[in-house]
This record gives sequence, C-alpha cells and structure tokens, in this order.
Amino acid sequence: MTLTPRDMALFVIVFALIAATGFFQSWNVALGILNMGLISAIMALGVNMQWGYAGLFNIGVMGFVALGGLGAVVVSMPPVGEAWAAGGLRVVLALITGAVAIAAAAFAWRRLPKGAARAAILVAMLVVGFFLFRWLFDPAVASIEKINPAISGYLGGLGLPVLFAWPVGAVLAAGAAWVVGKTALGLRSDYLAIATLGIAEIIIAVLKNEDWLSRGVKNVIGIPRPVPYEIDLQNSESFVTRMTNWGYDPVIASSITVKLAYTGLFLAVLLILLWLSQAALNSPWGRMMRAIRDNEVAAEAMGKDVTARHLQIFILGSAVCGLAGAMMTTLDGQLTPASYQPLRFTFLVWVMVIVGGSGNNFGAVLGGFLIWYLWIMVEPFGLFLIQGITAGMSDGYWLKDHLLDSAAHMRLFTMGLILLLVLRFSPRGLIPER
Amino acid sequence: MDLLNAIVAMANFVFLPAISYGSQLALGALGVTLIYGILRFSNFAHGDTMAFGAMATILFTWFLQSLGVSLGPLPTALLALPVGIAATALLVLAVDRLVYKFYREQKAAPVILVIVSMGVMFVMNGLVRFIIGVDDQRFADGARFIITAREFKEKTGLQEGLAIKSTAMLTVVVAVIVVAILFWFLNRTRTGKSMRAFSDNEDLALLSGINPERVVMITWIIVAGLATIAGVLYGLDKSFKPFTYFQLLLPIFASAIVGGLGNPIGAIAGGFVIAFSEVTITYAFKKVAGYVIPAWEPDGLVQLLSTDYKFAVSFAILIIVLLFRPTGLFRGKAL
Repeated sequence: MTLTPRDMALFVIVFALIAATGFFQSWNVALGILNMGLISAIMALGVNMQWGYAGLFNIGVMGFVALGGLGAVVVSMPPVGEAWAAGGLRVVLALITGAVAIAAAAFAWRRLPKGAARAAILVAMLVVGFFLFRWLFDPAVASIEKINPAISGYLGGLGLPVLFAWPVGAVLAAGAAWVVGKTALGLRSDYLAIATLGIAEIIIAVLKNEDWLSRGVKNVIGIPRPVPYEIDLQNSESFVTRMTNWGYDPVIASSITVKLAYTGLFLAVLLILLWLSQAALNSPWGRMMRAIRDNEVAAEAMGKDVTARHLQIFILGSAVCGLAGAMMTTLDGQLTPASYQPLRFTFLVWVMVIVGGSGNNFGAVLGGFLIWYLWIMVEPFGLFLIQGITAGMSDGYWLKDHLLDSAAHMRLFTMGLILLLVLRFSPRGLIPER
Repeated sequence: MDLLNAIVAMANFVFLPAISYGSQLALGALGVTLIYGILRFSNFAHGDTMAFGAMATILFTWFLQSLGVSLGPLPTALLALPVGIAATALLVLAVDRLVYKFYREQKAAPVILVIVSMGVMFVMNGLVRFIIGVDDQRFADGARFIITAREFKEKTGLQEGLAIKSTAMLTVVVAVIVVAILFWFLNRTRTGKSMRAFSDNEDLALLSGINPERVVMITWIIVAGLATIAGVLYGLDKSFKPFTYFQLLLPIFASAIVGGLGNPIGAIAGGFVIAFSEVTITYAFKKVAGYVIPAWEPDGLVQLLSTDYKFAVSFAILIIVLLFRPTGLFRGKAL
C-alpha cells in the first residue's frame, strides 16, 4: 500500500504545525513535541495492531507502557550490591515459589478429575503457596528496603547500556500480556476491556508499592542515557567552538543536539516498526487477522485458531507498547510510577488510533503525532481563547479568575470532543483502512 | 470479653466501612447495569457522571449553606440532591440526544458505543475539572457521628470503640430507600414493566407498541438519579475529588459483572461482594488476632494485601467469576 497525495498532505500539515511551534516559540519545544510524538506514534501502532488488525479492545495500555519503563530501570541502573547481599536471592526465591504455586495449581486443575476434591486441593495449594511466598518475601523486602533508603533501598538493575532496555521492556510487557491474554482473551469485548483496565491499575499499584523493585513513589531518577549530556557538550571545547562558528548559542545548541540525537534513535525505531507492521499487515498473516476480526465464526470454520491468533496479536501489540514505554522512560531519564494516569496513557492513545484511522498503520502514526501536538498545544491555545473571552471583564472579577485558572483543564474536554466528532463524522479516521 | 472486643473491632473496621462502601458501589453498579440492560453497552462515562452529579449537588449545597439553610443533624447536601439530579439528568439527556442517539439509529456494534462513551467520559471529566477544579472539596455538614468511639467505650466498658459515622448510616438508609423505589418502579408500574420488556426482547417490545425513545429517556433519567445519589453519598462519606470517581469505575464494573450485567439484584449483590472482599482482604488483622488468640503475638500486621492493592481484589474476583460463571452470580445477559 502506498500513501495517497491526501495522506501525504495530512502528514505535511502535522509536521508543519510542529515546525510552526519551532519558528514561533522555540525549537526546543518543537523537538520535545516531535520526540514524544514519535513515542506516541509507536504506542498508537501497538494499539492499532490489537484494535485495528484484530478488533481486541485493550484499555490497559498504561500498564504495558509502565512495564516498559520498569524494563529501563531493571536493565540500565547500576546494581545495588548490598541490597542483593541482604535479600536479593531470597526475593528471587520467593517469586519463584509464588510462580510454582500458581503453575502447580493450574496443572492440578487440568489433570485432576472434576469435583469438590479438586477445588479443595486447588484452594489448599494456593493458600499454602501464598503464605510460603509471604514468609520468604516479607523479611527479604524489609532488609532490602532498609539499605540506604534515601538513595537506593532497592535492588537496582543490571547496569547494562540503556538501549538494551528497549527490547527488555517489550519482553516484560509481552510476558504480562501473555498472562492477561491466557485468562481474559476468551471473554466478550467489554469484559476484556474491564479486565485490561484492572490489570493496568494493578501493574501501577505494584510499581508504586514494591519499593525493592522500583523504589515506588520515591521514583528512580538518573537513568543512564544513550546520548551525551548537555553539560558534557557545553564543556567540550570542539563543540562550543563549532557552534559559535556556526553562529549558535552553545547552551541552546547543546540541548537541541541532545534532542536531535533522541529524535534520530526514535525515528529509526518507528521506521523499522512501521515497515514491519506494513509487511505483516499485507502478508497472508495480516489478511487472516482481518478476516478473524471481521467474522470470527467464518474464520474459525476455515480452520483458523481464533484464540491462539488473538493471543498472538495481543502479545505483539502489548510488546510494542512496552517498547514505547521503555523509550519514554529513557527520554525522561526517570521512572515516576505516580505519573501514570489512565486518561493520559490509555485513553489518549486510543484517541490517537481512532482519530488517525484504526486498521491503518500510517493513520495510527499520524494520529500519534497530531493528538500529541494538540495535547500539548491545547493548553496555550485554551488560555489564549479564555483571555479573549474574559478580556471584557474587569480584573479580579471571580468569573474571570476562575476561567483563567481552569483553562489548564481544557485539554481533556477538547480530546473528548475531537474523539466524538471524528467518531460521528469520519468514523474511519483521517487515513482510513484500505 | 476478648472475643467481644474482637467482634467490635471487626465491626468497626470491616463491617461498617464495607456496608457503606458496598451500598455506594451497588448504586453505581445499578446505573451501569440499567444502561447495559436497556441501551446494551458498557458505559465508561458512568464514573464521571457520578462526579458531575456530585459536583452539581455540591455547588447547590454551597449556595444553600450561604443562605443559612441547613437540615440540622443531616447534611444539607440532601436538600440539594434533587437539583443535582435534575442537572445531571439534563446533561445525560443532552448527551444522549447529541451523541448516543445517532449510533442507536445506526444500530452500531456495542463496542463502538463503548468507545463513544470513552469520548463522553473525557468530555465530562474535563467539564467537572473545568467547573470545580481537581482539588478535594468538603461539603459535609451536620452531625459527624451517631456514636463516637469514646461514648461506645464508656457505655459498654469494652476496650474497643465502635464509631458509627452518620454519613455511613445515611448511605445505607438512602441506598435502601432508593433500591426499594427502583424495584417498585421496575416491577409494579407500567413504565417500569415496559422497560423490563424492552430489556428482555427489544423486537417483541417494539411490536407491543412500546415507544423505545421514551424507554431510553426514562432510563437515562433514572441512571442520572442513581449516579448522582451514589456520587453524593460517596463524597459525603469520603471526600469529593474528581479523579477518585474515575477510579471507582473498576470496582463498579466489577460489581455489575460479578452480579451479572443487566441484572439489578445482581448489581446490588455484586457491590457488597466486592466491597466486603476489598475491605476484608486489605484489613490488618493484628488487633483482632490479638484478642482471639491472646497467646499469639504476630510480628507483622497480619494483613493479606496492602491497602494499595484493593484494585487487585476487585480484579481477582472479577476474573474468577468470569472464568467459572461467565454470566455472573445472578444470570445476567450474555449478549
């Protein structure tokens, strides 16, 4: 499939909007929007695989994105030796015990004959497993969290280069998706939606509370970067002379250089993913997926294993979201579990996919850029609008103050409105599926 | 004596909070289940409808308070409730006319309606934040307690106190009244019967001359009432913060699904199942255990899961019920 001139024009318009921010505000802001736009586009690609190709209604995107972020911490932060010595192995042992208990229960459920005895054995296994797990787990966690809580208080990571974290984030998200998919995928669409909504909240709760793993609400900061630091560039003589010769302020130039480096990395990932997704969508596999989406019964009658295919694409899409999450945490340089909000990380991505055009990879990418741009720019536009409306009111009048204060909340309202308008008047999105 | 202390401690920290929380969930789940039964989609905007209703009520309560009106020991918000319900009903009817009606006429797939309700959720959430802001708002007045822990200890001579919050009691009483009226309406009145007929079999109901638009309109009005009451009771009992209402969506849906989507009795049962499990599993039993088995000195809190994992509890129950009894405890619809 190629892009029609109209699609090209839409992409040009969106990039022109971002470029306009560069000309009128600052290139720093514009590149910031572009970088997060790239990440949003990758998230939208992931959701588009699930919803657009296969019709799976996953509203747990936030959880998979957060798991990707955890991947960045686990891979790239230096390990905390003392914490490992204090209780690292015991935590690992506890986790293995828990997993074995669940696996054994699942195995017993399959193998034993039906009846009250089976239920009793199952419950007994889970209860014993739970208490064994807690008995191993609690003291270990307490001793890990006691070690230097102000700076570490967690196990740390593997100390590998942060770029490795991106595939690891994807794998973590894929693992979680496998567990969710195994249990919830047979369900009706709105049950699946509630189940994924729940799992996302649970993942965030784990990140917030398991301090030994992610430092919880104390946040992990200073995640290593794949690109140079601004301060190093400013201290490097060759960089400063070159930028001064070119006529730029070295301080601004350094931050733009760093952002451009990120842009290059993210763009490479996006292009590879886009190429892969296009190839997959146009392959027999992609046609099968759409056939299943459009008519499950008919596809099943043709010998397609619907459940297995659903599981497959659910894992793939979630892995892409996890990848985007790892990239985002790398860009931020920190993991802040409290900042994960479903409206921002789940539903906004859905707006991107629907507005861009579900079922079309280019549409999802376009939606990612456009909606992210609007998400950032609605606030200043809203403030401008409100200032215009309230210009006639005298200063200090309560309504004026209230409206000016509330301008910041315009973005949710606007996003909802955009979603509703697109669904009503152009339900197939800006770049529809072909 | 120790056993009595244990029972009182349990009642104070588990039963009473679970009963009031369960009533709030049940009212919320009733709204979700009615929408599902009549309009046949899962309304993700329900949490934010509750927030809007509570907000409208709060604004009118403040107005009444500024006039010096009060209900004595009862919260003024009760007086403001009808106004809040009316405002919410107008909002949802407007949303239905502007948004949902189009898809109903197109006979769009339920999942499209769910996505549409996501858009409505955004808009309502933005509206509430725009009007009242994101901060905690206090609007409860009147008596705080029916019995305080100290009075209870003095009267009974027990070590443990039992504090009965007036808002908790109010929640239960209002919920019982509302549910009684709702069931009377659904089972005894002509309109209620036409609603149930419409829910059971749309085509047959249409053939019998039931006006679908009227049924839909009445459903939205009832749902606005239920959502506002649930939202106000929750806000009185805890506090009003727009974001917490969005987070109620998961336990509310879990309640409705566990009970059987589309089944009002199931919604109530589901609400209490979820509330009791959440509170029991996240309660630290150290004190109770100390009374029951005096010789045992637990070093931990004897808490199965930390309070922050309450979502995990609703979720686990939801998954277990869906896996083993997909239509819910009380046979709901399986559309």
